[in-house]
Amino acid sequence: MSSWISLRAIGEIVVVGLLAGAGLPAIFAIGLRALGTPGKGHVKASDSGLVGGNPAGIAIAAGCFAVVLAAIGYGIYIIVISGHGAK
Amino acid sequence: MSNDVVLALVVITGLSFDFTNGFHDTANAMATSIATHALGPRTAVGLSAVLNLVGAFLSLSVAATIANGLVSTGLVTLTVVFGGLAGAIIWNLITWLFGIPSSSSHALIGGVIGATLAAAGSHAVKWQGLVSKVIIPAVLSPFIAALVATVGTYLIYRIAGSMREGSRRHGFRIGQVGSASLVSLAHGTNDAQKTMGIITLALIANGTLAAGATTPLWVIVLCAISIASGTYAGGWRVIRTLGKGLVEIEPPQGFAAESSSAAVILLSTHFGYSLSTTQVATGSILGCGLGKKGAQVRWNVAGRMGVAWIITLPSAGLMGAISYYIAHAVGGTAGVLIDLVLLIGISAAIYWRSRRTRVNRKNVNSAWTGTVAPSQAEVTP
Repeated sequence: MSSWISLRAIGEIVVVGLLAGAGLPAIFAIGLRALGTPGKGHVKASDSGLVGGNPAGIAIAAGCFAVVLAAIGYGIYIIVISGHGAK
Repeated sequence: MSNDVVLALVVITGLSFDFTNGFHDTANAMATSIATHALGPRTAVGLSAVLNLVGAFLSLSVAATIANGLVSTGLVTLTVVFGGLAGAIIWNLITWLFGIPSSSSHALIGGVIGATLAAAGSHAVKWQGLVSKVIIPAVLSPFIAALVATVGTYLIYRIAGSMREGSRRHGFRIGQVGSASLVSLAHGTNDAQKTMGIITLALIANGTLAAGATTPLWVIVLCAISIASGTYAGGWRVIRTLGKGLVEIEPPQGFAAESSSAAVILLSTHFGYSLSTTQVATGSILGCGLGKKGAQVRWNVAGRMGVAWIITLPSAGLMGAISYYIAHAVGGTAGVLIDLVLLIGISAAIYWRSRRTRVNRKNVNSAWTGTVAPSQAEVTP
């Protein structure tokens, strides 16, 4: 039966899928929100402005976006390595 | 000599299928971005085309599954592969005409299996490979994608719900450009390879390659170019159904849906699962409707798609079998040529029919009124 359906692979797709497909967007959302946090004495930006001007917020945002980009890069790296190594 | 002619015809037909695969599936990556205006329609298809091209070079896992894992290569002839491809193209064009995002992958696999069954009987089909690498992923993937997108959408609205409307829309549109690009890349890694696998199968059937051989570079290059040009042509009918028909989408939802699709497709590529990128994308879009409070999901549209999904494998199989029988009854190169003429005729007829209710980049985002083609008043704004 196990050769007909690979529960391990399916489980892995669900778990990693949730981490990468829902977790990373959530981190991106945290980054956007942190980026938009208003700073002290900051003049209200245009309605669609992204940067609020709070230094801590900007630092958190940079961290979040870096995590997202690194995860994407790592994922593609894995695909390329395994996709050409295995027959 | 005559075999080389047939082989050339098979390769050309394979590349034509790849082209239909491209334009049928542009929607998977770009429908949500076009619907939320994150990208202009023309930019969207251009970007998607380039990334499909790149993605096609990234992996060969799925090509290996298709070439060696579904049918006994020893029992497959060029006529069988040709019959399968013809069946797949016709089914893809019919579903495109109705704007149904059905699976190009299932059309291809169904067509080839139908033609194999007609030619050599059921022992030539590797049922276990079919079930474990195609059927089970097909059944599960839309649900997994929907789950991931629902969770993603829910989290995003929890986190970013208090942001100013304008900056939220702006920020997630930027995110969408990234996530949609990843889906296009993922599409290249999964779908472009299906045709590579089939052409490899044909080369094996012809004796040009040994059984179990990997895909030659020229096949990769030609397939990458075909799917990219098909993507650039843009399947506006399907884009409209996915972007406007299923759920009214806001940028955060589109972003969640695309992220989910990209993750699930790339993971499946990694395992060599030839899943349907279309069904994943549709599952994700449904999920992003479920994850947001008050979002409206048009279940009647979803239901119609579900029916199309179920009948795609058998229908493409039937068409593959019929075109094999026609080619086989006439025999030899002449048989394949007659099939080819029929294929071109039917394709032209479907294209001509599509011109009567055009959907293009100008009216792709018109309000959904229950049909694929917007009413005439909306075509000329």
